[in-house]
Amino acid sequence: MAGIEVTAPARATRPADLIGRILENRHALGVLMVTPALLILAIFLAYPFGLGVWLGFTNATIGQAGHFVGLGNFRYLLGDSVFRLVVLNTTLYAAAAVVCKLLLGLLLALLVNREFRGKRIVRAIMLLPWIVPTSLSALVFYWIYDPTFSVITWTLRRIGLAHGFINYLGDPNLARASLIAANIWRGIPFFAIGLLAGLQTVSTTLYEAAEIDGAGPWQKFWFVTWPLLLPLTVVVTVFSTIMTVGDFQLIWIITRGGPANATHLFGTLAYQRAIQGGFIGEGAAISAFVLPVLVAAVLVSFHYLRRE
Amino acid sequence: MQPEDRERTAGGLTRRRFLQAGVAGLTGLALSSVNGWLKQAAAQLPPGSYNPQLQLSFPVEPGASLRILRWSQFVSTDQPEYERMAQQFTRRTGVPVRLEYEAWPDVQPKAAAAANVGAGPDIVLGFFDEPHLWPDKLVPVTDLAEYLGRKYGGWFPVAPQYGYSNQVGQWIGVPIGAPGSCLNYRMSWVKEAGFDPDPASFPKTTDEFLRLCRALKTRGHPTGFALGKAVGDANTWCHWLLWTFGAHAVAPDSKTITLNTPETVNALEYGRQLFETMIPGVAGWLDPNNNRAFLAGEVALTNNGISIYFAAKNDFPEIAADMNHAVYPQGSAGRPTELHLFSQAYVFKYTKYPNAAKEFLRFMMEDPQYPRWINAMLGYVSHPLRVFNNLAVWRSDPKAVPFRDAVARMLPHSYQGTPGPKSARALSEFVIVDMVADALTGRRSVREAILAAEARLKRIYEA
Repeated sequence: MAGIEVTAPARATRPADLIGRILENRHALGVLMVTPALLILAIFLAYPFGLGVWLGFTNATIGQAGHFVGLGNFRYLLGDSVFRLVVLNTTLYAAAAVVCKLLLGLLLALLVNREFRGKRIVRAIMLLPWIVPTSLSALVFYWIYDPTFSVITWTLRRIGLAHGFINYLGDPNLARASLIAANIWRGIPFFAIGLLAGLQTVSTTLYEAAEIDGAGPWQKFWFVTWPLLLPLTVVVTVFSTIMTVGDFQLIWIITRGGPANATHLFGTLAYQRAIQGGFIGEGAAISAFVLPVLVAAVLVSFHYLRRE
Repeated sequence: MQPEDRERTAGGLTRRRFLQAGVAGLTGLALSSVNGWLKQAAAQLPPGSYNPQLQLSFPVEPGASLRILRWSQFVSTDQPEYERMAQQFTRRTGVPVRLEYEAWPDVQPKAAAAANVGAGPDIVLGFFDEPHLWPDKLVPVTDLAEYLGRKYGGWFPVAPQYGYSNQVGQWIGVPIGAPGSCLNYRMSWVKEAGFDPDPASFPKTTDEFLRLCRALKTRGHPTGFALGKAVGDANTWCHWLLWTFGAHAVAPDSKTITLNTPETVNALEYGRQLFETMIPGVAGWLDPNNNRAFLAGEVALTNNGISIYFAAKNDFPEIAADMNHAVYPQGSAGRPTELHLFSQAYVFKYTKYPNAAKEFLRFMMEDPQYPRWINAMLGYVSHPLRVFNNLAVWRSDPKAVPFRDAVARMLPHSYQGTPGPKSARALSEFVIVDMVADALTGRRSVREAILAAEARLKRIYEA
């Protein structure tokens, strides 16, 4: 901007003219327009993010700023059996939930992409699990999985398929499966709606051409729909992975990471250690461990977004 | 002052507040009888230990106002009474008081944020180690604590362990009391099992207790003790189990881990036998589960505060009539070794009105305010000062009596060490609960469970 002033003729020194010139300059105007957004990003995203990463390298506790400890927290965590369990839990949780959500979401999208009566209503209803506040649906699942009052157990007992109680949240593997199921229920609409939008952009002429060439339903899907849907699928999957890995509410309300840490994810363990236990440095380090995975996911999605 | 502020100010009774109080149930009815108790209570404080001639007051700063963060009520009669007392304080001192409430496990994160940024509530009513997480950020309250102790017959032993900071060499918290945990049982089923349902005859030893639990189970009435991440219920009974067999996690130096001993093995082996009498699903139980299972008649025996009884009195009178409370039995330790949710108040140094804050706490802890509040809570919180043994609430309903001495019977959760950041961390990570859960459910052998917990504790205490 300094250059503008130097090259400006004498009459431009009048303030109104100067502002006019700046506004007419494409580069200056661009910077000016982007600045508020950049400031918001810097204050509300970059700063907390940077602070979070920095805290991971300190031994800060609640009440004490702490000092730099290098990779101490990370080294400690790698040797910590609970943290290693959490890595396993999160991987399993995200992988199982995302794959199921993708398959079921795709199926649902294909179904509601057909013409039928009440299509709009069905599409609206489909969104419900996504719209309901997570904490509310988590509470519902908390009741569904109640060892004593579970509606599933009650039904099974009524029709004679089960006799005792089912230990949904008491057995580690069953607890993991229960939470994954709850996450799938909540996440299907995200895939379904995203993929439905993609399906509607596929031109019908392509299907007609395929039919003329003698393609059956499966071939139409595999050779027409799927290749066109793939970039969007990748993006939706990446977004969902990020959200699933960072899940907190479902876990915190239904099990708080129990039984015996079998359902702790990065987010819940970080909260437990940083806020409840007071070891902010270690909690930040736990969160920072997810970073490389998420950055990789973001890069993948960028790649596909560009291609699109 | 903003309307929202006025709404929350304890100094004024707004229409909405009045309606809230009405909606809260039979609050008014309960409180009118509380007033009667109050007069009795004041008259019956033991003269030997009560020293009413002692007086203390802190000169309130001009223009002072207070923001107080406390746990939200466990029983619906708590907050109205507390607010009434706060209004009374405002009338006397001219200090406006603003009360903020958080569910009790969420007080600590809020207080932590306040401690970190140096702004927030002037006074916090929190739990367990909280003051010891930021001792240098708190206003010392030694004068107040010592005064209260002298005037009201002395603190129970656990109170100074929680209130006094060795690091600072001062009291940093004013003990408020503890929501006590007792055994809740169905009298008819205990009788059916061949035991006397009277709390005075309830099994006093762990062996006899196990016999009762087995007899209940064989008659189709299992027991139920939370083994999930139940902050209150799981921690209280799992620590009792450990301590009553003479085991403990850490030595008095708060450094040496002392978990790997034959006593711990005994505790867990006993726990395994007890586990066989429990209803399936306890491994996933959080705090509300046992309340529901007990009220639904699915379990005959569990550990809980007085809240089940309170709920039963309102909604399930037949269960309220058939249930009773007893203190935990004793194992080889041969003395009470209980854990209760100990609450204390602390004042942040960033407050502009430390004297007003101390004056508020003094006012609330003194007779007749404190007895009135405890009576209003119908026994949910047990007192930390000896003289309050004789409160009306402890005589009004025999079923509340086992909760009376909860603070007298308890050990700090940091036992044998002192409260501080490390014991806070061990508690927040459920190290003891997870060990007990692992061993009892058979996920790990007793030995493996102890070793895993020991490794975890070593990392925490030796970090």
